[in-house]
Amino acid sequence: MRAPAPAYAAHLNGETIDTVRATLGGALLDAVDQVGEVALYVERDSIVSTLTSLRDMPGLEYQQLMEIAGVDYPERSERFEVVYCLLSLTRNHRLHVHVSTDDVKPVPSVTGIWPVAGWLEREIYDLYGVLFTGNNDLRRILTDYGFRGHPLRKDFPMTGFVEMRYSEDEKRVVYQPVSLAQDFRNFDFQSPWEGAEYVLPGDEKGMMPEGKGAPTPLNADTIVKADAAKAPTETPKAGSEPYAKTTTTSTADTGAGNGDAGNTPREKPADAAVVPTKGEGQNQ
Amino acid sequence: MSDYVDELMHVTDADDPTTGDVTISNYTINFGPQHPAAHGVLRLVMELDGEIIERIDPHVGLLHRGTEKLIEYKTYAQAIPYFDRLDYCSPMCMEHTFVLAIEKLLDIEVPIRAQYLRVFFAELTRISNHMLNLGSHVMDVGAMTPNLWLFEIREDCYNFFERASGARMHHNYMRPGGVHQDVPLNLLTDIADWLDTRLPRLFEDAISLVADNRIFKQRNVDIATVSRDDAIAWGFSGPMIRAAGIPWDLRKSQPYDVYDQVEFDIPVGTRGDCYDRFMVRVEEVRQSARIMKQCLRDMPEGPIASSDRKVVPPKRAEMKQSMEALIHHFKLYTEGYHVPAGEVYVATESPKGEFGVFLVSDGSNKPYRCKIRPTAFSHLQAMDFMSRGHMLADTTAILGAMDIVFGECDR
Repeated sequence: MRAPAPAYAAHLNGETIDTVRATLGGALLDAVDQVGEVALYVERDSIVSTLTSLRDMPGLEYQQLMEIAGVDYPERSERFEVVYCLLSLTRNHRLHVHVSTDDVKPVPSVTGIWPVAGWLEREIYDLYGVLFTGNNDLRRILTDYGFRGHPLRKDFPMTGFVEMRYSEDEKRVVYQPVSLAQDFRNFDFQSPWEGAEYVLPGDEKGMMPEGKGAPTPLNADTIVKADAAKAPTETPKAGSEPYAKTTTTSTADTGAGNGDAGNTPREKPADAAVVPTKGEGQNQ
Repeated sequence: MSDYVDELMHVTDADDPTTGDVTISNYTINFGPQHPAAHGVLRLVMELDGEIIERIDPHVGLLHRGTEKLIEYKTYAQAIPYFDRLDYCSPMCMEHTFVLAIEKLLDIEVPIRAQYLRVFFAELTRISNHMLNLGSHVMDVGAMTPNLWLFEIREDCYNFFERASGARMHHNYMRPGGVHQDVPLNLLTDIADWLDTRLPRLFEDAISLVADNRIFKQRNVDIATVSRDDAIAWGFSGPMIRAAGIPWDLRKSQPYDVYDQVEFDIPVGTRGDCYDRFMVRVEEVRQSARIMKQCLRDMPEGPIASSDRKVVPPKRAEMKQSMEALIHHFKLYTEGYHVPAGEVYVATESPKGEFGVFLVSDGSNKPYRCKIRPTAFSHLQAMDFMSRGHMLADTTAILGAMDIVFGECDR
C-alpha cells in the first residue's frame, strides 16, 4: 500500500481469515481481504456468538468494539448492512464484521458482550430504523425529541419533511412542513465521457443502430423523398391563416432608416419652483 | 412554625422522639443543555439521592446537523470542510482522518514534506485542543487563572493556523495527496521560537498552579476511577484509555504519515481517575512539542502534494498557463475525482481519542456512506457508571476530564 494510512498489522490478514474460517464454521458467509482490511460477512442470527468468539478466542482477541456503522443499500432484498468494527489491542489488528437485515428483521444486540454497543445500536436504530433485540434502551439518540422517520436511509430526502422556527404569535418553537424557497438542487457533474450512466439529450441518436450500407453522401437539398411527387406542398396563401404571410420588398415597408420616434427630445414641463440659474450655478 | 423551631432547637417529645428525620426521596434534575460546564449542548438527566448521583442519563444529539447525510451529497473535496466542523477544537485532526481514508481507497502516494506538514499541524492542533480542555477542566473545578493563561497559547496556535491555511478555525488545509499549500519559512521559524520560549513558559506556569494544588487534587484524585477492563469494554481510547493504565496510542501502534519517524513517549496513568486524565494530557502537550521540533528538524524540501493530476488540482498560476491544467482544474472542482469502490475503516489518534471514518465508496465521485466514529460517544456513554455514587459537584470534573465536544459527538 502506498498511502500513508494507519499501519496496523495488516500482514496478519491472511492468517486471521484462516483462523476465523476454522473458528466460525457455518456462521461465516464470506471473508474477504480488500483494500488491506479484513471484512467478515456472517449470519445475522449468529452475530452474538460470532463476536463473542472473536473477542475471546486466543489468536483472534478482538477486545474492543470501536464502532457500529449502518449502511443502506435500497436495491438489496435485505437493504441494511450493520458493520461492527473491532480492534485487537494485543494483536494490533482491526477487522469489520458485516450482517445484513431489513427494517423488520431484528439483529441480536451485542450489549451483553460490550456495554458500549448500547448507544451505537441506538444510533443505528435512530438513523436507519434497524431493530436490535436485547437492547433494553432502544430510544432515539441523535435526532430531535419526537422525530419521525430514519434520516440516513437513502430514500429519506436530505431536506427532511419538517422545519422548526420560533413563532412570535405562539411564543414558542413550532414545527411546520418544510418549504423551500427554491427547489432542492443536486448538481451532477459526472463527466459525459467517463462514468456517466445516463444519456444526455441528443446522444440517443448516436446509439441507434445504423442502417446497412455506407452513409448517404447527399446533402439535404438534393435528397428527394420518395413521396414528394405524389403530394406537392403548397405554401399557404395570405389570408388563410391567422398570421398572414406578406412579403416585404422595400425599406418603406419595414421602416428602416427612419428616425425612431421614441427618442426625440421633448420639452420638459416647466416647474414653477425651479429658478433657472444659467451660467451662475456653482458648477459654472 | 413552632415545630420547625423545635426541630432546630433539637427539642423532642414523647410522640416524636427523633429530630431532623425527614424522608428524602430521590429527585431528578436537568444538568444543561445550557450549563456552561456541560461543554456545549449536553443534557444530563440526573437522579440524585441528596447530593449523591444515583443515575445519569445523558441526552445527546442537540447539535445534530446531519453531517453524514450531507457528506453523501457532496464530492470528496467538498466533504473535507465538514470535518473541521465536527470537533471544532481540533479541526486539523478531523481532516487528517478523512484524508487518510480517501487516500487509502485511492492508494495514492503522499510526498514526504506533506506528511511532515500534516503531522506538524496535527500536533499543533493537539496542543491547541488540550489548552482548551485543560483550561476549562481547571475552571470547572474552580480555578480561573490557568484558563486565561492557557488561552494565550491557544490564541498563538490560532494565529499560526491562520498563517498556514488562511483560516483560524476551519482550516480545510489537508487534502488527499498532501496539503493545500506550502507554509512560508518565516512561519516555521516563528513556530520554532514559540516552541522554545513562549509555549513552555506559559504552559509550565499555568500547570504549576494546578498540578500540585491541594484543592485541585481534592476535586480530581480518585474521582471516577476506571479500571483497565472497564476502559476496554466501554470502548475507551486516547487519554481516557491511557489514564486507565493501557499504553495504547494509535500514533505509536498504528503509525500513519511520518509518526514512525519521530520519537515521543506515551504517558500512562496509574489510577484511572480524573487527575490521571488531566496529567496524561499535560504530558501529551510536552510530547507534542517534542514531535513538532523533530518535524522542523527533519522536514525536507519538496512538493507538498501528490503529482497525481487526476486527484490533486493544479495550482492557480499553472492553471492560467496550461490548457491541460485548466481542464483538470475545472473537472476536479466540479466533478471531482472518482474513488475506487471499497470499504475502509481508518482511525487516527485525535486529541480526544480514536477518531475513525468508515468510508464506503461505490466508485463514484461522492461517498456512498461516511460513518464518523466520534470519540465522545463511548466516553459519554460511560458517564453513568463513572459518576454513580459521586457528588453532584464531581460531575463537572468528570465531564471536564472526558474532553467532549458536541460538534463531534452529535455530528
